[in-house]
Amino acid sequence: MPVPLLEVTNIAKRYGHIEALRGANFTVYPGEIVALLGDNGAGKSSLIKTICGVTKPDAGEIRFNGQVVTIDSPQASRDLGIETVYQDLALAPDLDPAGNLFLGKEILYPGLLGWLGVLDKPEMRRQAEASFARLNVKLQDINAKVVNMSGGQRQGVAVARAMVWASKIILMDEPTAALGVVQTRNVSELIRQVKAAGVAVVLVSHNLPYVFEIADRIEVMRLGRRVARFVTAETTMDEVLDAMTGVTAPQEAA
Amino acid sequence: MGKAATVTPVRDRTWLRRRLHWGWGALVRRQELIVFLLLLLMSAALGLGTETFFTGTNLLNIAIYVSWFAIAAFGVGIAIIVGGIDLSVAAVMALAGLVCASTLQQGLPLPVAILLGLLSGTLAGLLNGALVSKFHLPPFIVTLGTMGVARGITLGLTNGAPVRDLPEAFRLLGQGALVVGPVSLPLPLLWMLLLATLVSLMLHQTVLGRYIYVVGTDERALLVVGVPTGRVKLLAYILSGALAAFGGMIMTAKLGVASPVAASGYELDIIAAAVIGGASLFGGEGTVTGIILGALLMQITRNGLVLLGLPTFWQWLTIGAMILLVILLDFGRRRRV
Repeated sequence: MPVPLLEVTNIAKRYGHIEALRGANFTVYPGEIVALLGDNGAGKSSLIKTICGVTKPDAGEIRFNGQVVTIDSPQASRDLGIETVYQDLALAPDLDPAGNLFLGKEILYPGLLGWLGVLDKPEMRRQAEASFARLNVKLQDINAKVVNMSGGQRQGVAVARAMVWASKIILMDEPTAALGVVQTRNVSELIRQVKAAGVAVVLVSHNLPYVFEIADRIEVMRLGRRVARFVTAETTMDEVLDAMTGVTAPQEAA
Repeated sequence: MGKAATVTPVRDRTWLRRRLHWGWGALVRRQELIVFLLLLLMSAALGLGTETFFTGTNLLNIAIYVSWFAIAAFGVGIAIIVGGIDLSVAAVMALAGLVCASTLQQGLPLPVAILLGLLSGTLAGLLNGALVSKFHLPPFIVTLGTMGVARGITLGLTNGAPVRDLPEAFRLLGQGALVVGPVSLPLPLLWMLLLATLVSLMLHQTVLGRYIYVVGTDERALLVVGVPTGRVKLLAYILSGALAAFGGMIMTAKLGVASPVAASGYELDIIAAAVIGGASLFGGEGTVTGIILGALLMQITRNGLVLLGLPTFWQWLTIGAMILLVILLDFGRRRRV
């Protein structure tokens, strides 16, 4: 195995009396598709939130490219080249696809206008259209607000945004939960494109067949810890399910 | 070639529709248009019902009174769009007018006095913004407190007595007019148009404006991309304070006197003007055009009630009923989305 791109060790996080993470570990290797599996309440979301900078862990260490890093904000996570596609997508509903693609990284006009913060909307739209075309994301109306778009198109915008900005890792929380068959296939297509571009994908999902279809590796969480790691090609759904439900003894997988 | 030219590409047609806001659904949804039609209707009714409505003096007076009212409403509009409210607006108007007037009486030069007036509003806005963004306090309570503080300072500094005898140069800013050929444009109106343009450009063409709308609609969309939304809110309230100060100084210049009780009770009218014009109390919606139309509607209503000879006491009822109606509309509009 190569050197891990992201190595999360011994993360603890409590919410009041609830221990969401009890020394959780998680590893991502460069350019792989790794699925993070676990039953409800296993701590998947809490772990993802730690990596994307939405919550700060109480204890633990995050190494990125071997270096210890602090991810104390979404910006810190983005600065490392990590992008996140949230389950609810977290798009700005009243902005168009271009506005969402460049949200937080707006292009300004050069010179005085830029100093005044004036948006270069034509340039952002031009670049956004090029990006959507390159990623094969089909939008009926590039000028429409995303709130007026279908779930599939919105998903396309959110994934495209992550793909445009991510240089190392894309975290995807339940990317296919709200999608139909065709749209799920489109997302799979996008995920494979991401991998082809050398960017790793972390997939949080309940959909086991889907995970087996697309992931290179699987890491399983239970009760706030990592309990098993599998190479997809060398395991079976039954084995993974056993780890998720705790039929196999819950022990820390090395 | 000729054949191809007759076919409009689909995207161009949607672009055209967007530009012109075509389609009946879009028309009805645009609150500005409703308010505009209402304005025409009311003006027509008042023109028929009174002899004095469509006189030059009356219309000019409405325009002038709307000016500072609308300038302050731009600020409140920004606070509303960002998802908050600014109840301190009227008190800040009085405070800024007084700061400007009393520093002028101390003999300070006009630009310095105006800057100090603006500074007082900016500080009030800074206080509002800091409390809302840093401590996550509800804007309603925070700005209610600031309203008391600002009004208190104004009353305390003057012992309740108005400041009179303001210099000619200052009064000119509110009483003068820009004469171009046959057209005489009252200066307050000019300030309003100038600020309307600037605020509109800020809201729709700059990063700050875009963030103000996004914070008001769904703050999380910005948080997850790493934009500090607290700073956006802070700037929104500072702008609100500064615009209120600007409006207050124009008001003072026009009236020629800085009264510590000036603009008392205006905060609700100003908020109502913004909401009537389409700024949603749920945040994320509102335009400068709408706010101007809303301010016009409020002012023409007041004016009409006076011209029709109704006792001023009934103005409260009418305006109050209008506010309730508009909030109901706003609520209904949001629920449907």
